[in-house]
Amino acid sequence: MNWRAVKAIYLFEMHRTWRTLMQSVLAPVISTALYFVVFGSAIGSRMKSVDGVPYGAFIVPGLIIMQTMTQSVSNASFGIYFPKFVGTIYEVLSAPVSFFEVVLGYVGAAASKAIILGLIILATASIFVPVRIEHPLFMVLFLIATATTFSLFGFVIGIWADNFEKLQMVPLLVLTPLSFLGGSFYSLAMLPQPWRTVTLFNPVVYLISVFRWSFFGFADVQIGASLAAILIFMGVCLGIAGWMFKTGYRLKA
Amino acid sequence: MAPRLRQATAAGRSPSGAVNSNLPLASVTQIIMLGAMPAILSISNLSKTYATGFTALKSVDLEISKGEIFALLGPNGAGKTTLISIICGLTYPTTGTVTVDGFDIARDYRAARKQIGLVPQELKADAFETVRATVNLSRGLFGKPRDDARVEKVLRDLSLWDKRDSKIVTLSGGMKRRVMIAKALAHDPAVLFLDEPTAGVDVELRRDMWALVRQLREQGVTIILTTHYIEEAEEMADRVGVINRGELVLVEGKAELMRKLGKKQLTLQLQTPLNALPESLAAFPLELIKSGAELVYTYDVKQEHVGIADLIRRLGEAGVEFKDLQTHQSSLEDIFINLVNEPAQEISA
Repeated sequence: MNWRAVKAIYLFEMHRTWRTLMQSVLAPVISTALYFVVFGSAIGSRMKSVDGVPYGAFIVPGLIIMQTMTQSVSNASFGIYFPKFVGTIYEVLSAPVSFFEVVLGYVGAAASKAIILGLIILATASIFVPVRIEHPLFMVLFLIATATTFSLFGFVIGIWADNFEKLQMVPLLVLTPLSFLGGSFYSLAMLPQPWRTVTLFNPVVYLISVFRWSFFGFADVQIGASLAAILIFMGVCLGIAGWMFKTGYRLKA
Repeated sequence: MAPRLRQATAAGRSPSGAVNSNLPLASVTQIIMLGAMPAILSISNLSKTYATGFTALKSVDLEISKGEIFALLGPNGAGKTTLISIICGLTYPTTGTVTVDGFDIARDYRAARKQIGLVPQELKADAFETVRATVNLSRGLFGKPRDDARVEKVLRDLSLWDKRDSKIVTLSGGMKRRVMIAKALAHDPAVLFLDEPTAGVDVELRRDMWALVRQLREQGVTIILTTHYIEEAEEMADRVGVINRGELVLVEGKAELMRKLGKKQLTLQLQTPLNALPESLAAFPLELIKSGAELVYTYDVKQEHVGIADLIRRLGEAGVEFKDLQTHQSSLEDIFINLVNEPAQEISA
């Protein structure tokens, strides 16, 4: 293992975050704060509690997952797309590094950023609403799993995209609807049929459900199903990324 | 594999006469090893056909000795960059093998790539990073521990130390090119590839670049550069390879080439065509061409007495009259133009 290369990529990518602190950290925090003002305070004050949890607190896990997901994808996709776009990728391709090391560096950095952001949003949320966490260890584990999986997904998008439009397309057209319909703002029990069943095909539902369980101790779907969904998605992304590197897809002619 | 011709010193040999005759054929079959240094780079039967069907390289064989400066000369689209890209791991070969210091670039890619530094043709650096950060990244990517003293040395050698904390986007084009070189040298490579190092570079930087190449050679670094400037190949290289339409059409020691370049030809257009040369001119290296209408005299400009005056006097004595005369010196450029203009079949025939 060329650990020094992993470290070099990781630190270089993390440095990019500090350089772009405004858009990397502040923007998601502000948008989350806006959700709390609109949904938590303005609308939430007129809503009943959900399963005994005040509505303002109920939406916290969903919002954290939404932001972690979105940020993971955008960090990781941009992180690998940009060197491709400006041509600096030549150095990574010519370096004595394996596919796994490159993924570890880029995806590790993107996931780290998303995790830090998720924790910042949690801290922001606790200013607006009282938040309790029943299983803090699981909460952190699920946060890491979500960030890693979606960073890997973003990495795949970043390699696949050969223009900026494609880079934006998947997050906007796929991820945003899935995350809004993933139960961030409601419990599945609140949905009428057939939407309740349709929703079960949305992978984000499983993520949010299990993450909410770590906070409040109840879930929309079984925890085992959620874990399986996360692992399967992670495996698929890793498989695609591995195939991309092996064949040189959009990286090497 | 072409037979190799060993040559103790490049100047030790002085075959006579053959200036232009059979040049491509003779050159293609000769790979002159400079001294007895082992090959650090071995390329065998390397071909590349892109997905578009375009064949960029056709069965290239080449060996580069340790410590050598090799210039790859060729027009745009000849395959220079493709060749370098394959060796450095940016492109997959279609057929063939490459070893760097004995390590196969596919099987032992880690060991092979550690030896290599690449300065690409285009300026590709992280615009918003500082010079030092990007050089540190390069060093890390190649598995070397952080070494501030070493990085300082590289930056000072390239006159970049004052700019170490500047963002790359703020640097001039010449400075950016220095950054690219610093990145390539950051991990102390044994082989350095310079792809068009002086394209679009001002005179001062070009001179600096040449000085740097010589300095690196003293440190034992093998340097392979591509260029379409012939004077650059002349100035820097130990050996020159000419590549055209994906084929290596000539590989020759520069001293050998320069010896050929030292030859000059005097062409006399005769008043009346000759069937044979007069006896009295037998001592001169003369050749009758165009059915005896022109007489060609080949001489070495470096000699003190080139013999022109003597020849003309003898011609007068023999009663051979001429109506015009011209002299011509074959340059590397001539050889190059001849090679790249000829159809490939004729060259390799």
